[in-house]
Amino acid sequence: METAHAEDITKSVRKYIVVFVALMGLTIVTVAISYLHLNVGAAILFALAVATVKASLVASYFMHLISERKIVYWTLALTVVFFLLLMLLPISADQDSTRLG
Amino acid sequence: MNIPYTSTARLDTGLYNAKLGIWLFLASEVMLFGALFSTYVLLRVNAPTWPHGYELLNVPLATLNTIVLISSSVTMVMSWASLMMKKFGKFKLYMGLTILLAFVFLVVKYFEYTAKFEHHLFPSTNTFLAIYFTITALHGLHILGGIVVNTYLWGPGSKMWQNDPQRFTNRVEVAGLYWHFVDLVWIFLFPVLYLL
Repeated sequence: METAHAEDITKSVRKYIVVFVALMGLTIVTVAISYLHLNVGAAILFALAVATVKASLVASYFMHLISERKIVYWTLALTVVFFLLLMLLPISADQDSTRLG
Repeated sequence: MNIPYTSTARLDTGLYNAKLGIWLFLASEVMLFGALFSTYVLLRVNAPTWPHGYELLNVPLATLNTIVLISSSVTMVMSWASLMMKKFGKFKLYMGLTILLAFVFLVVKYFEYTAKFEHHLFPSTNTFLAIYFTITALHGLHILGGIVVNTYLWGPGSKMWQNDPQRFTNRVEVAGLYWHFVDLVWIFLFPVLYLL
């Protein structure tokens, strides 16, 4: 985004407004799904799926990740790997506690 | 001594230094909040019973705060876009709105917290409330940090626009990246803590 010109910015502003409307709509969807009182598995799946779409919109457009430099992508790719390892830790801890009885 | 690459991009990274700096910082923030999310999963999976968030917490207030924070992300990016279009007055307006919305978020959070305390619901009451207060308080501190930086950029820091507009625009972009990250964390916190 560093070489963006005023015309590009005007186009971006229109995108920001569309993303804003989409985020509001998805927030309503998130709350509406919770009122359906689905079973825990389905509720987690739907809630995280909608949250991931919302987060992707924020990261792609507001944080300009859709048109960023390679070094930022590599930094984030490494972060994702470590984040996933962090999320898998509870599983290994659970297996440990099962083994120990 | 002049700090290099505050306005222009380095040839090797293709970024001005502060931008690479903020992305590295945000990577560390992902690990900080990631550790707490991981803790939440561990606690929930191993708990004999776990309350639904909506039984203990105020979903309408949290929904309002979600709308407030998403709106503040839009005003933040609009403040940066205004500088890119050389409209300093509009920058002041949008950045001012961002700060105002951040305060609204904290005020709503204050009412949520006090309502819990009045009902004798504390971090020590149960594991769910312990992790709820830990994560939301840490997130609240991030909001407070954002308010400090954004208020500086709105007020005394904005003098830089007169003599180095590109560097100032970059500062606002970097502050914006941080602010959108704080919004992004809330996007996950809201369903995980309140709705599941």
